[in-house]
Amino acid sequence: MSWKGRDVINILDFSREDLDLLFQLANRYADEDYRGNDLENRMAALLFLEPSTRTMYSFMSAVYRLGGKPITLSKTEASSIAKGETFGDTIRMFDSYSDVIIVRDRREGAAKYAADIAESPVINGGDGAHNHPTQAMIDLFTITRYRGSVDGLKVGVLGDLKYGRAAASFILGLTIYDPDTIYLISPESLRLKKEVRDYLDRVGVKYFETEDLTDILPELDVLYVTRIQKERFPDPLEYERVRGSYKIDLSILSNAKDDLMVMHPLPRVDEISTDVDNSKYQYYFKQAHNGVYLRMALLKLIMGD
Amino acid sequence: MEGILVRKIKDGTVIDHIPAGMAFTVLRILGLVRSPESRLAVIVNTDSGKYGSKDIIKIENKYIEGDLLNKIALIAPHATINIIKDYEIVEKYRVDLPDKIENVVKCSNPVCITNSEREAVTPSFEVVSKEPVRLKCTYCGRYTEFEDIIKQFTEK
Repeated sequence: MSWKGRDVINILDFSREDLDLLFQLANRYADEDYRGNDLENRMAALLFLEPSTRTMYSFMSAVYRLGGKPITLSKTEASSIAKGETFGDTIRMFDSYSDVIIVRDRREGAAKYAADIAESPVINGGDGAHNHPTQAMIDLFTITRYRGSVDGLKVGVLGDLKYGRAAASFILGLTIYDPDTIYLISPESLRLKKEVRDYLDRVGVKYFETEDLTDILPELDVLYVTRIQKERFPDPLEYERVRGSYKIDLSILSNAKDDLMVMHPLPRVDEISTDVDNSKYQYYFKQAHNGVYLRMALLKLIMGD
Repeated sequence: MEGILVRKIKDGTVIDHIPAGMAFTVLRILGLVRSPESRLAVIVNTDSGKYGSKDIIKIENKYIEGDLLNKIALIAPHATINIIKDYEIVEKYRVDLPDKIENVVKCSNPVCITNSEREAVTPSFEVVSKEPVRLKCTYCGRYTEFEDIIKQFTEK
C-alpha cells in the first residue's frame, strides 16, 4: 500500500513491506545524517495536548531537517481549548493550516477521531494508554538496523505492560515479524491487557508471561524496559517491592548474552542504572537518536512528492 | 399459558425467546419505554421448552425491523421476531447481531474519546463474540462486555 497521504494511527495498520520501505529510507537518513529541502513549503501541525518531550521535539527536528515548517500547540492553556473549543474543532482548524497533523491526547482513540475529521494525514503521537505507533516503528527500526531483522529473536518486554502504550505498541509491532518468543515480564497487576493478549493468541505468536526476569534473561536477544509508574499501585509497599526487582544494572546483565540489546522508550527514572549507559548493552540512546531519522522517513513518505 | 395472560394481537411484532428477566432491557434498546404511541404487552418468566423460562414482548400495530431489531441480539441472542398480520404470523426470523455495531452501546472505557462530552464522535464497535457478546471499540480498542452492556441499559 502506498505511503502517500496515509494516516498513522495503529502500528498494526502497516505491513512488513510498508515497514521495510520506511526502514530503508530511515537507514539512509541515519547513515548520511541527512538534511534536505524535501518538505519545502510544507507545514506540519504538532498538537501535543498532553506533555511530551521526545516525541514532539524529534518530530520538530525531523520537520526542520527536511526543510518543512512546524506549527505547534503544546499546551492547552492560552489556546482556544482552554476557552472550551472541542478537540474536533481544533483538529478542523489545524487541518486548514497544515499538510499533516501530529497529535497527542490523553483520550484513547483521539487520533483516530482526528483522522475521521481531517483531510490531511494524521499521525498518532500517543493516545492515552492505547497506541504509540511511531515509537513502535522506532523500536522495530532500531532492532532491524543493528540486528538485520526481528525474525528469530527472543524479545523480553519488562515493566508496565498494562498502561504503557509504548510497550503495547511495541509488542503488537513484533507480531508483524516472526520473533522466536516474546517474554512478557511484569508484576501480576501490570500484565498485558486482555485485548492485546487476545491479539497475540489470534495471530499465534509464541509468548510467555512471567514475573521474574532472572531465569529468562540469559535467553534474551532484546530486553525492552519500560517505566513502572508509582501512581498505578494502590499499595506503596507493593510498588517498592516490584520496583527493586525490575531494576537493570550491570551486575544483573552479567548473566545476559554478550550482544543483548537493552532498549527503553524513555524517559527512564531509575529502572536502568546509569552504569549501563556506557556498556555494550546500551541501545536506548541510539533508539532515541534513531527516532529523528525514522520520523523524517515517515514524513517524507507521507508528504513527499 | 401465555394465552391466558395476554390475548393475541391482530397486527404487529412479537419478540419471543428473550432471556427471562431481560424484556424491559430489550424495550430500552428499542426505545419503547415511555413511548406514548406504542401499545404493548410484556410477558415475563413464562415457560420455554428450550431455555427453561423466557420473556415475550408483543407490540401492537408496529413493525420493527432491520438494524434496530438486530441490536437486541446484544442481550437476547436467541430472540425470534414474529411479524403478525391479521392474527397470522407472516414472517418469522431469528435476530442476528451484525459484525459491526454503531450508536447503541457506550464504550466501557471512561477515557475513550467516544465518551468525551461535546465531541461529535459516534461509538462504534466490532463484534468480537456474539454469545456472550463482546464488543471491541473501533476507537480505543478496549472491550465492552455483556455485563457492561446490561449495566448501561439498566442504569438509564
